[in-house]
Amino acid sequence: MSDQQPDRMLAVFPDPAPIDVARTLDLSGYSWKAVRSGDALEKLEPGQGWAGAIVDCSQDPESGWAICRALRRRENPVGRVIVLVTGAQLPDLEMRDDLFDDFCLAPVHPRELDSRLRHLFYADLAISRESLIEYSDLVLNTETYQASFGGKPLDLTYMEYELLKFLAQNPGKVFSREVLLSRVWGYEYYGGARTVDVHIRRLRAKLGEEHANLIETVRSVGYRFGQSRWA
Amino acid sequence: MIEQQREYVLRTVEERGIRLVRLWFTDVLGNLKSFAISPAEMENALDDGMIFDGSAIDGFSRVQESDVLALPDANTFEVLPWVDPKGAEARVFCDIAKLDGTAFDGDPRQVLRRNLNAARAMGFQFYVAPDIEYFYFDPPTIDSRPIPLDEGSFFDLTSSDITSSLRKETIRTLETMSIPVEYSFHEDSPSQHEIDLRQTDALTMADSVMTFRLVVKEIAALHKVHATFMPKPLEGVQGSGMHLHLNLFKDEQNAFYDGDDQYNLSTTAKHFIAGLLRHAAEITAVTNQNVNSYKRLVPGFEAPIHISWARNNRSGLVRVPVQKRNSDQATRIEYRSPDPACNPYLAFSVILAAGLRGIKEQYELPAEADSNLFEMGDDMLAKLGIEQLPQSMSDALRVMERSELVAETLGEHIFEWFLRNKRAEWRGYKTHISQYELNRYLRSL
Repeated sequence: MSDQQPDRMLAVFPDPAPIDVARTLDLSGYSWKAVRSGDALEKLEPGQGWAGAIVDCSQDPESGWAICRALRRRENPVGRVIVLVTGAQLPDLEMRDDLFDDFCLAPVHPRELDSRLRHLFYADLAISRESLIEYSDLVLNTETYQASFGGKPLDLTYMEYELLKFLAQNPGKVFSREVLLSRVWGYEYYGGARTVDVHIRRLRAKLGEEHANLIETVRSVGYRFGQSRWA
Repeated sequence: MIEQQREYVLRTVEERGIRLVRLWFTDVLGNLKSFAISPAEMENALDDGMIFDGSAIDGFSRVQESDVLALPDANTFEVLPWVDPKGAEARVFCDIAKLDGTAFDGDPRQVLRRNLNAARAMGFQFYVAPDIEYFYFDPPTIDSRPIPLDEGSFFDLTSSDITSSLRKETIRTLETMSIPVEYSFHEDSPSQHEIDLRQTDALTMADSVMTFRLVVKEIAALHKVHATFMPKPLEGVQGSGMHLHLNLFKDEQNAFYDGDDQYNLSTTAKHFIAGLLRHAAEITAVTNQNVNSYKRLVPGFEAPIHISWARNNRSGLVRVPVQKRNSDQATRIEYRSPDPACNPYLAFSVILAAGLRGIKEQYELPAEADSNLFEMGDDMLAKLGIEQLPQSMSDALRVMERSELVAETLGEHIFEWFLRNKRAEWRGYKTHISQYELNRYLRSL
């Protein structure tokens, strides 16, 4: 599953793509298409545009740099362009800084290419991190509904997950049982405010003894997740 | 919410790489039943249920057709912690329905739902917290006698022995399965342990008891030990009970509490206890459903014999624990006869129905029996109007058979099937010639 990578398309020059590049992209879960020319670049472009490009200038430098220029000269220039050059071609990079974002020595080392891609796409991944709620060792992914604590998966039922999500989104705040019931379960739920106590106890049990105090009981008021902001 | 719940389950199946989803339900005798489906079938199961042939399930058989529908209760979806994560499995409890989608009369979980709805119509939420006792033994073979694994007793600090570490591992597993534990300790008998669960609504607790029994057995089996909920496996020492702490809540308040009463007991609580006492004999076949159950209900082993109530007298059937502090939350009622081999869905149903009947009919609470009833003579007990619980399964069935309350609570389908099945069990027992009889009579008569 490509949950680490943004689901967007990379252009790779030339067509067919260099075998090492193709393999690296496949293994890391990137979507990509090989392009032969500037025309193909236009024709094969997906609806949401190219997310980036890998241009091999080591075999046919002239066409390679032409592709780079084509990528940059568009109305919406394509960012995240990696060029592949041989050691002897390194001087070619001078004066072309505007045409690429990073480069890799050809023949490519798969690890190196992968690292450079990951670094270039870090910003995208950071955006998708908005669906993460983090508090100390606790991470909740609201997109995949998964929770983990200290890097280990935390198996929760649906209502446990929803309750923990609500609390973790509002750390340091005290909520009464009634408020939790209406915000997490919804008014139509007939279980009563005691349901909240039951689920708080289950969450504490699942977090384990050492971390059970992440959810504090505030006497005769309700519950608080994490540190009080005035503590 | 239903839609999101469904989404949550399907997404978790995918994200956690679940290979099998086990659909759990319970037969009339309280045995956990299960069939597995592949993750691909889960979506369909959540939307339309899964059809299966119920004729092989104890108490599910019907005259016309045997197909029934298992409807997963998405909020009970849980990854099974003892299964190798590489072949991860999950379970979900199911309600059983007829093919037209209406509740199937043979399903104990639906019976409890129906009775909880009746309580809700009166404004009550029914909460239960069980104290469950059980034994660890060497794995038994046919005809072998149970062999305890330790010689410890009540509250012993036997930290090095295997059964205490089994208990700890069991608790860890229970807690990862949404079953918080309140206390646990080594009980009075060798290899006997008790785990007390924290209060939840009765339906969740009945599910939890089913999970609990499986977890205790699974963890024991991983260590080549046999765990048993048989009510009285060893002669001469205490058997295993499942004391139930009961509460009704109304408008978020503990309906059993009244600060102005000398016992802190509300009128509702008194009527409820009176209902339990008046119908105790009728519901005993359900709360104590095996021949062996009645070998636990004998004098001398802290199990109740007499139909009475008291505050701190452990010989009574109903106990109202005295509270450490004057807290409205803590007031509760303890019903002490059930054993852990009962069907929790049916046991909770008949107990609730007996108590509610007391509230509806405003039964009067008899006087507290605060002296030790085990030491009283029969004439004294008769003078106080204190009767005994049924002495055998045969007695219990005879009383149950005449009970309109139990028939109504369980529904005709289960009521009749249960009586038929249990009478057959009693016949099998009655015709058996025991070692006791051979030892006693063979040479002397």
